[in-house]
Amino acid sequence: MPADYLPVIVLMLAAVGFALTPLLLAWLWAKKFSPNKPGKDKNATYECGLESKGDAWIQFKSEYYLYAIIFLIFDVETIFLLPFAVAFAGLSVWAFVEMMVFIFMLVVGLLWAWQKGVLTWK
Amino acid sequence: MDEGLRSELQKQGVFTTTLEDLYNWGRKNSVWPLGFGLACCAIEMIAASMSRWDLARFGAEVFRPSPRQADLMIVAGTVTKKMAPQVVRLYNQMPEPKYVIAMGACAISGGPFKQGYNVLKGIDRYIPVDVHIPGCPPRPEALLHAFMTLQEKIDQQQLTGANRPRHLNADQPSEFPVPEFGEHDLVPPSNPAVWKAPMLKRQG
Repeated sequence: MPADYLPVIVLMLAAVGFALTPLLLAWLWAKKFSPNKPGKDKNATYECGLESKGDAWIQFKSEYYLYAIIFLIFDVETIFLLPFAVAFAGLSVWAFVEMMVFIFMLVVGLLWAWQKGVLTWK
Repeated sequence: MDEGLRSELQKQGVFTTTLEDLYNWGRKNSVWPLGFGLACCAIEMIAASMSRWDLARFGAEVFRPSPRQADLMIVAGTVTKKMAPQVVRLYNQMPEPKYVIAMGACAISGGPFKQGYNVLKGIDRYIPVDVHIPGCPPRPEALLHAFMTLQEKIDQQQLTGANRPRHLNADQPSEFPVPEFGEHDLVPPSNPAVWKAPMLKRQG
């Protein structure tokens, strides 16, 4: 029944009014009593007391990104190598081969990056 | 409404108020200071806001990190000439109505560094100060007293009329000129609209 939803609508109107009335009153108060006073400092974006200088659109070296990626190779490798080393004596031959394959894949990635010249800082 | 009628009504249990009183009552009990300390006085200011002195009793515990949300600037400490432009700019960025408490000997006059080359001899040279507190540093009680003085001042401000405060008067500025670093001193060395050099009256 649509009529059953009437209390919900009334509640919703009350909720919206609760939120909007203070805003409206503040707006009316500002219109009646306190004049708007914008200014150069007041409208400035930066708000720590200093004036902003220069442009935020600067160029950023892509080497940082590549270094972060290569760091990740060694990072992941360390995480896997530590438990591998701890449990080394109890591992089967197949587990050892699997680990070597994993390290080989990472080393191939590193060699590729090295060959691309990523490791030399330009 | 005159006082006699008001007190007569109060005896009958009818309490009346005016829009102005209500407005000022709300304002004076919700003054939010700018979280902003310059030197050792700031430690006393922090102590005043903490549990032992508890500035929250006056509705002023909400130290705002942004000038856009602050009503009160407590200039707590030595204002060096390097810092003065930033202080004035922060004051300019605060929305009206805004108030200033100059806390401590340095902020009101330069204090022990008055003879120094790099300390501003009182922040009232650039921005209008409402309450001055002497002391080096002033105790938190002194800050509380300054705060109550400011509350009394806010309470007496009129909503309309020629004596209404700056924030209700469209003709009065909200921003004050920010000084710049000159060759030897800040330029200008003071704002003549808010501060005049005290003249010594010589006898004889």
